[in-house]
Amino acid sequence: MTLELEPQQRDIAARPDGAGMAMRIVADAARLLGAPRLIPIASAHIDGALYHGDSGTLFAERLVEGGARLAVRATLNVGSLDLTGCSRDRMPPHERSMARRMMDAYRALGCEPTWTCAPYQAGHRPAKGTDVAWGESNAVVFCNSVLGARTNRYGDFLDIACAISGVAPDYGLHRPANRRARLVFDVGGLDPAFLASEIAWPVLGSLYGREAGSDIGVVSGVAAHPGDDALKAFGAASASTGAVGLFHIAGVTPEAPDLTTALGGEAQARTIKVTPAMAADAQARLSTAERPDRIDAVAIGSPHLSPAEFTRLAALLAGRKAAVPFYACTGRHALAEIERRGLLDPLRDAGVTVVADTCVVVTPILPDNASGVLMTNSGKFAQYAPGNTGYAVLYGSLPDCVESAVAGRPARVGSEP
Amino acid sequence: MTMQPCDLLVGGASASGEALVLDRPISFWGGVDPKTGRIADVRHPQHGLGIAGRVLFLPGTIGSSSASAVLLELVRNGNAPAALVLDEPDAILLLGLIVAREMGWTPPPAVKLAAARHAGFAGRRVSVSIDDLGAVALSADG
Repeated sequence: MTLELEPQQRDIAARPDGAGMAMRIVADAARLLGAPRLIPIASAHIDGALYHGDSGTLFAERLVEGGARLAVRATLNVGSLDLTGCSRDRMPPHERSMARRMMDAYRALGCEPTWTCAPYQAGHRPAKGTDVAWGESNAVVFCNSVLGARTNRYGDFLDIACAISGVAPDYGLHRPANRRARLVFDVGGLDPAFLASEIAWPVLGSLYGREAGSDIGVVSGVAAHPGDDALKAFGAASASTGAVGLFHIAGVTPEAPDLTTALGGEAQARTIKVTPAMAADAQARLSTAERPDRIDAVAIGSPHLSPAEFTRLAALLAGRKAAVPFYACTGRHALAEIERRGLLDPLRDAGVTVVADTCVVVTPILPDNASGVLMTNSGKFAQYAPGNTGYAVLYGSLPDCVESAVAGRPARVGSEP
Repeated sequence: MTMQPCDLLVGGASASGEALVLDRPISFWGGVDPKTGRIADVRHPQHGLGIAGRVLFLPGTIGSSSASAVLLELVRNGNAPAALVLDEPDAILLLGLIVAREMGWTPPPAVKLAAARHAGFAGRRVSVSIDDLGAVALSADG
């Protein structure tokens, strides 16, 4: 299939300025994807402002120098720096300066300084059925699955290029026919007490991602809506173990009022009946530390914590103090809210370092400790912390994390599959 | 000598290098060090190997949408693979090559070849040849 650009799009793509560069990137991506045309988008979420090296800063500055401006609303995913000053990082001076320049460049293009991987909890919730261009794997999967807006998994550079052009390649999950489930992930055989626990969602998400890969699946056997925070954890974990861009949950998510609708009348390719043993194995695989006798730090908040999750954290700490460094990652939207609720100072008194605008697996905030053990309740942190921080991971529920942080060694109170 | 015609995904000049055939899909973000090109994912069976200068055969890619940023950085700092051979075009990853071209940094070529055909290239020196008409072939010595 050949890409047909409208005359105006062709004219922009021929320009030497920032708008021209953005349109060429969108058009090149569209050709690679086999998209026949570009379609208008309503908003974007930009994952490109995280420093991975000088190249990304130079790219953003090239757009700014070329006079590029956004055509649609765009929120920003995390940057590499905590601009609120809540936490300190160990970035070397050159990297810090380039990271700051990068964050400044994206703001200069007109992006909103939300600096969060949970934009959907910071007031950016596109309507069901609208086409958008979102980046960051958890944001993408939440946008598609829980909001029912339509986005592909936009990588760095393409997200900002779409936001500047106001268009995106017409392919993949923008097309309703491609949003039907081909796989049933049946959790009805699991203990209802496990399914009702907080840990079920990140654990099942990591299993789902491994099983589904890039296939679209529908989860069946879920009795009630588990809440946005649970779906956030499921989606993030699934998108860290597989190329998951969209899932459905029968009776819960907007495009799956029931199993039949989610499957869209197509003959289902396969059914995975999740057993308690599979869930237990998925939970075990989230840990890389072998029976540690101590923990060196706790990190939670991937995706970024909501005010409700902070409230739960404060209740679990119940005035006690963490014996090891404890990091809670979030965005400015939640930071302002927990300050308003009077939670921030008590959490700090309990030894919790709130990390805003960024997170501990994308920037060096954890103490440098090559043999360290990090405890987390996040399926996504569990997946990425070993490679990005050098810490081995011990996975547990939020109550487990809190009890272990207070004790300074692994302490389990949570439920098992 | 093995010759294998394949499809060009992102253009570049002809290239060659020692094949590195990955046993399992990888996430570039978190899975590959953007400074050195070493495989940093401890759960990956080829953890510790370097992809710089290799003809990298990818059975699949996983996860984060920052893969393109890692690949762009590798192109700029000279630690990118000599060429990429993908089972399926991964737009997120390959965007790193498209942006490299926009920035004036020469990207390695990326071609498409079914994963089932990757194993035959393991451990061999592989050339990706692109002729004037855009026809692409992979060839291996020995």
